[in-house]
Amino acid sequence: MTRVAVLKGGRSLEREVSLRSGARVEDALERLGHEVVAVDVGGDLVERLRAERPDVAFVALHGRDGEDGTVQELLELLDVPYTGSGVSACIRCMDKVLAKHLMRDRGIPTPDFYAFNETAFKELGAAGALPEIEERLDFPIVVKPAAQGSALGIKFARTPADVPTALVAAFSYDRKVLLERHVRGRDLAVSVVDLEEGPVALPVVEAVPREEDFYDFEARYEIGRSEFVCPARLEDDVAAEAQRLAREVYELFGCHGFARVDLMLEEGGGGLFVLEANAIPGLTETSLLPQAADAHGLGFDALVGRLVALALARAGARA
Amino acid sequence: MTIDDRRPRSTSRDLERYASLFAERTKVMKSSAMRDLMALTERDEVISLAGGLPDTSTFPPDSYAQLMQQVAAESCARALQYGPTEGLESLKRCIVEVMAAERMPGIDGDDVLVTTGGQQVIDLVCKTLIDPGDVVVAEAPTYPGAVPTFCAYQADVVQVAMDRDGMRVDELEETLDRLEREGRRPKFIYTVPTFQNPAGVTMSLPRRERLVRIAAARELLVLEDNPYGLLRYEGDPVPTLRALDGGEFVIYLGTFSKILSPGIRLGWAVAPRPVLAKMNLGKQSADLCSSPMTQHFVAAYFEADGRWEDYLRSLREIYRRRRDTMLDALAEHLPAQAEWTRPAGGLFVWATLPDYIDTTDLLARALQENVAFVPGRAAFLDGRGGSSLRLNFSGVCEDDIREGVRRIGKVVREQVGLYGTLTGAAGEAAAGEPAPAPPDEGLADVLRLPDAARRGARRRAE
Repeated sequence: MTRVAVLKGGRSLEREVSLRSGARVEDALERLGHEVVAVDVGGDLVERLRAERPDVAFVALHGRDGEDGTVQELLELLDVPYTGSGVSACIRCMDKVLAKHLMRDRGIPTPDFYAFNETAFKELGAAGALPEIEERLDFPIVVKPAAQGSALGIKFARTPADVPTALVAAFSYDRKVLLERHVRGRDLAVSVVDLEEGPVALPVVEAVPREEDFYDFEARYEIGRSEFVCPARLEDDVAAEAQRLAREVYELFGCHGFARVDLMLEEGGGGLFVLEANAIPGLTETSLLPQAADAHGLGFDALVGRLVALALARAGARA
Repeated sequence: MTIDDRRPRSTSRDLERYASLFAERTKVMKSSAMRDLMALTERDEVISLAGGLPDTSTFPPDSYAQLMQQVAAESCARALQYGPTEGLESLKRCIVEVMAAERMPGIDGDDVLVTTGGQQVIDLVCKTLIDPGDVVVAEAPTYPGAVPTFCAYQADVVQVAMDRDGMRVDELEETLDRLEREGRRPKFIYTVPTFQNPAGVTMSLPRRERLVRIAAARELLVLEDNPYGLLRYEGDPVPTLRALDGGEFVIYLGTFSKILSPGIRLGWAVAPRPVLAKMNLGKQSADLCSSPMTQHFVAAYFEADGRWEDYLRSLREIYRRRRDTMLDALAEHLPAQAEWTRPAGGLFVWATLPDYIDTTDLLARALQENVAFVPGRAAFLDGRGGSSLRLNFSGVCEDDIREGVRRIGKVVREQVGLYGTLTGAAGEAAAGEPAPAPPDEGLADVLRLPDAARRGARRRAE
């Protein structure tokens, strides 16, 4: 019997989702016959881990601290094997700006973008360059914080007058923000799981906005306002290409265990664009990765079991 | 900590299995982003100006012990038994006394229905009057806690703007005319006329008189929600709608939550008899009766002459100081572009920031500074309120109010300054400094709401 610490909750804005992911993982681990230690991550994390001495940690945290490499760094330090990506891959996924640069350098299609930190505006007069950005990206422009995992802080600027307001909102979440060309089309997500045969791209999930919300971009980011279709109804070659891109991103970022890659299929034959990768995708009842795994024939318990086995194998290989 | 003895939680397949059984009304869901943010406001280290809590720490523990002792000695068996749905006669006498203090003397106990908190009155009124799609007219902004109730009954909520004198009754009439032309008949008008939650404003006497006349002429019910009427810190009381109407078209909602304790879960409705009879049936099906234990507790509490009024006086004194502290802190720390209401009573101040600040995003930033408030959108059903926020001053000590407002001021000034930099408005950036003097009282008292027409236009500009 393996003693598994499930790390969940924490102080990030995605705390609630993380608690739901964690609870579900705990159930699966119990059904698999493991001993479960539930840890709501806080100031006593290091102390708890030292006291509980788990064989492995299942990281079910989302957003800041849990998904950006911070907790992973501590787990490395304490010699606790853990599920999912390592420190550097977490950093590459969490920082959307870094991620997009890496993808662009590799030739992976990602929407055009410009990114700035607060000092660029405060000390370097970056505001003066906004008209050029607006001209190059065309409206509407998507404005997002560089490091916010959920939809919080994502705004659509429809006119130049909206841009400063959208930037102020995005800076509420991070010191770095990006302005991105809006790709109009279909929202797709491809999860990648490391199975016996290596990283496998699971069936594509499509988020289909409800009809009345189709032109309300913000609504598309609200839970319960989209329906998810898995496998997405796509031409075979488009689905295959989305899966190929997801695997390529997974390997480029050096992910481990699992990840979810979000893409857009541009209307009018514009092709696929990768928006971002999530190092710790949601694991709730309604999250995309478990749905895709299900469609692939991989049940939730098997998925959780696989992630724990991978974590132990990685630690074993190092020892 | 092992938790082997827990029952497994639902799996996704379970969820699908149950989903087909859920009623249509459960599908009415609000954005979860704000709900998730609000969950973070409960962390210990956060100074939360978000709650709507009275300060129960001011109630003397020895009084509580003595009252419980008395209930045990005098009415143990009855306190542990079911009670009548409409409430105990002894409690109704206390309610009649409170209503007399609210300048509604001579209320007949038979017109009173004791409820489980004031919230149950809102639920029972909806249960009695609302079919899916029926219209409820509410203030804009409205009490955020009423929104889920209206939604659960699938009411179509139409909100009428307010200003410093409360609900704009002229706009109400226009709205009612429009609804009539569209063949939609509102069932009731929901209002918190005194020290409104969240806006803190009080409806003027002329508007109250006109509202009551409109209701009578159009044969519409008005639900007057009055939890704060006795928490007045200055000025003279204004007659309640119930007092002006005499009980023909007004359903009155009262509660012990703010004058004694929300933990005892006791409120009441005074309504026209046919309406009250239906609400009584609704209550029977909901919970049979409100807790006889706490009803006996309150009855014992009211026995000692003047005790409840003494406690109320002490609350008023504490809350008045907290309100003043908050108003002073707002004047000191918020930039000149911000406006806020100056409530003469109640628990809340409503502040409105420049419209380029989104207070839901601002809350995320404020939580990094360990301070919380309620974003204004929670008080609207149509997406308005984005640059407003509700601040509570009753549940937090004066030091925390000062520090909490200072932190909010810091993040607001930061955003005002950033916006100034982004738009090249140097004046705006400089204006990010705190206002040098308290805002003009006349101006500060104006309830400013975001310009709905302009926002709508921007949304459609796509």
